[in-house]
Amino acid sequence: MSMLSLKYEVPGDDFTRAGEASSDVKHKLKQLGYDPGAVRRVAIAMYEGEINMVIHAGGGEAYVEISPEEVEIHLVDHGPGIPDVEKAMQAGYSTAPDNVRSLGFGAGMGLPNIKKYTDDLQIETEVGKGTTLIMKVRPGA
Amino acid sequence: MTVQELAGRLGWELLAGEGGCGREVDGCYVGDLLSWVMSRAQAGNVWLTVMGNINAIAVASLTDSACIVLTESAALDAEARARADQQEIPVYTTGKNSYETALAVAEALG
Ligand SMILES: Nc1ncnc2c1ncn2[C@@H]1O[C@H](COP(=O)(O)OP(=O)(O)OP(=O)(O)O)[C@@H](O)[C@H]1O
Ligand SMILES: [Mg+2]
Repeated sequence: MSMLSLKYEVPGDDFTRAGEASSDVKHKLKQLGYDPGAVRRVAIAMYEGEINMVIHAGGGEAYVEISPEEVEIHLVDHGPGIPDVEKAMQAGYSTAPDNVRSLGFGAGMGLPNIKKYTDDLQIETEVGKGTTLIMKVRPGA
Repeated sequence: MTVQELAGRLGWELLAGEGGCGREVDGCYVGDLLSWVMSRAQAGNVWLTVMGNINAIAVASLTDSACIVLTESAALDAEARARADQQEIPVYTTGKNSYETALAVAEALG
């Protein structure tokens, strides 16, 4: 049973708004009295995914389903896709351009962080079409 | 010790986020690569960085950092300042570098 369904538009290339969706989800989970550890993991994983959509894919949409058992997040973009997912998952691998690096991004730690902090991660991607990240976080896991 | 007490003791100047100054401080983290900080900084940490942009405010908020200290007088941009005020995340500035500041924090926290 779902307690809450949320949808966000994530703007492309707008760093001033990047992170709004994850901040809002964190806020709502806190209000619901959700397990603090799970709230933190959701916040980190969703922020990384959201920023990736902004930097690498020109924005997209975020769908969040909150239930007592888990938080399920779908991040959908229509960007360039990821040609080699295994490589992209490696800590330190990044194609972030210099202007983005000067903002503090480009450590190549986003996807590894998402993997680390979620209980389940699936990446569906097609070059030239886009990428969808499906992540699940369970309280107390 | 609260953020405000620590800042007073170490001579940091407040730039934004006054509403959060009463928070208790618990530890310190140093780093400028946001994804790195995102996964390592702990709730209550004083975060020492030179990144004074809006994304740094988001990272501080999502990690529940107690405050940001911009070392070596690194700049805080206008959007970041507004967001810090709104989210009540104190942002301080100091002329000292991150090493000197971390040492001072360690000494003050005992
Ligand atoms: N949504 C996406 N669309 C297209 N490419 C992506 C997407 N997300 C990640 N990538 C690719 O995978 C690489 C690794 O992503 P990851 O988030 O781990 O690091 P980063 O974003 O480059 O740096 P950091 O997250 O540390 O700031 C990116 O540099 C990019 O090439
Ligand atoms: Mg990333």
